[in-house]
Amino acid sequence: MNFSCADPQSLDGLNWLLCYLSTGKHVAFYWSFLTVIALMCATVIPAMILGMAGALAKRSAIPPVRWIGSGYTTMVRGIPEILFFLFVPIAMDQLIELARHSLFCPDWDQPIWRGNDFIVCDAAKAPLDTAPAWQHEFYGFGLAVTSFAITFGAFAANILDGALRAVPKGQIEAAQAVGMSRRQIFLRVEVPQMWVYALPGLSNLWMILIKATPLLFLLGIEDVVYWARELGSRTNPQFSDYPHGDWRAWYFSALMVFYLLLTWVSQMGFDRLSARVTRGMAVAR
Amino acid sequence: MNMWKTLIAAAALGAVSTAALADGHTVRMGTEGAYPPYNFINDAGELDGFEIEFGNMLCEHAKLDCTWVKNDWDSIIPNLVSGNYDVIMAGMSITEERDQVIDFTQGYIPATFSFYVAPAGAKLDLTSPDTVIAAQVNTIQAGHVAASGATALEFATPDETVAAVKNGEADAVLADDDYLKPIVADSGGELEVVDQVRLGGGVGLGIRESDAELRAKLDAAIAHFKASGELNALLAKWFKDDAPQW
Repeated sequence: MNFSCADPQSLDGLNWLLCYLSTGKHVAFYWSFLTVIALMCATVIPAMILGMAGALAKRSAIPPVRWIGSGYTTMVRGIPEILFFLFVPIAMDQLIELARHSLFCPDWDQPIWRGNDFIVCDAAKAPLDTAPAWQHEFYGFGLAVTSFAITFGAFAANILDGALRAVPKGQIEAAQAVGMSRRQIFLRVEVPQMWVYALPGLSNLWMILIKATPLLFLLGIEDVVYWARELGSRTNPQFSDYPHGDWRAWYFSALMVFYLLLTWVSQMGFDRLSARVTRGMAVAR
Repeated sequence: MNMWKTLIAAAALGAVSTAALADGHTVRMGTEGAYPPYNFINDAGELDGFEIEFGNMLCEHAKLDCTWVKNDWDSIIPNLVSGNYDVIMAGMSITEERDQVIDFTQGYIPATFSFYVAPAGAKLDLTSPDTVIAAQVNTIQAGHVAASGATALEFATPDETVAAVKNGEADAVLADDDYLKPIVADSGGELEVVDQVRLGGGVGLGIRESDAELRAKLDAAIAHFKASGELNALLAKWFKDDAPQW
């Protein structure tokens, strides 16, 4: 490269574009793709654990456990996600700060709620006011993963519950006939066979999760859609070395390609998984 | 009881494993980062603008250790009262309605005009329900449009309000003159200012009602820079010609 990005006005064509696409703002945009993918991957395991727990609770022989299971899935699936995301992270944050407050500041004598204000002592802040920015970001990310896991766990619970019910009764009776315990039947007969029935539903859920990431900005996490809007909007010569008009259509087109690619790769993954779990099973092809 | 406390401790420490030995207090400053020249993200991806520069001056003068936080405009007040940051510095006009929830320092930008901007040559009745006027949600301008009799069309970001006028979704936009001036100048005659109105009690720092000590410190710092003329110089730097002055 025999040009410098120090004076963008002197550049044109491809050189200008290269400099434009490598500004700090664009680097932040590129990182946000990783944030989104990391968040989705981090959500899968806790969501599946919550889903399995919810499904087992719904199938439990003990009524109170069953009530908890149905309560969880009904409540979470019924609340609009945007409300859920405005409420749950702030509530979780306040609960954590309350717990830390009672622990670190036992001598605090002022009220915690004053009018509209929620005030805990400095040492109870999560993260601390003095903590570096990455800790705040990591904490926000944790709250986001937890919120996503709770929401998507409720949907997964219903899918897994349905899949467990779909395992043919004859299989279970045969397992009882050879003297397996309930636990053995569950682990060796029901779980391996339910995946066939669960996978289509779970793949739907994954696709919905992919598209739900713009909700992240409600939690202060800058996702791809936030940056596309920020970068694509008209910039003024007074505030940027790279003034341009409304380029949002270009940025959103790039996002479309990203989302389609993600969907395509996911579909291939699910196809492979599906081939794997149906091995040796009598399913129509 | 002890057992219970240990459990809480484990949960709390698990969330954030930092020592509880913070002595200094850091003041967290919340801003939007999407409202040039007040506050915006520069090419380097960092916060920049009049408020960032003035906010840093205030902190230095008041001997406060400050750090900036970006927050969505929609949830900027809820996050202040729940303690996620301590100050709002985001071009927020002092209004009666907001003053019931949070406190404000004295203004650091005098009450300025808001402009109605429309495509050049449009004949509009700005108080008729047939006229659609775009404004950013939860702003003083949105409140004014709703009260004026025109049909309000609200958007989450200031940028979208201007885009709505350009693509014909709205007949005009009502926003701060400082925000619209460069846009009109830059539009090459496509847009023009059709009317102006003075709204609000100036722009001030938003602070929790229970935080009187911080408010007093920042108030004193603002008064200092007003008296020294440095605030006027900074306003002239960022708002160029006909900048609001004290």
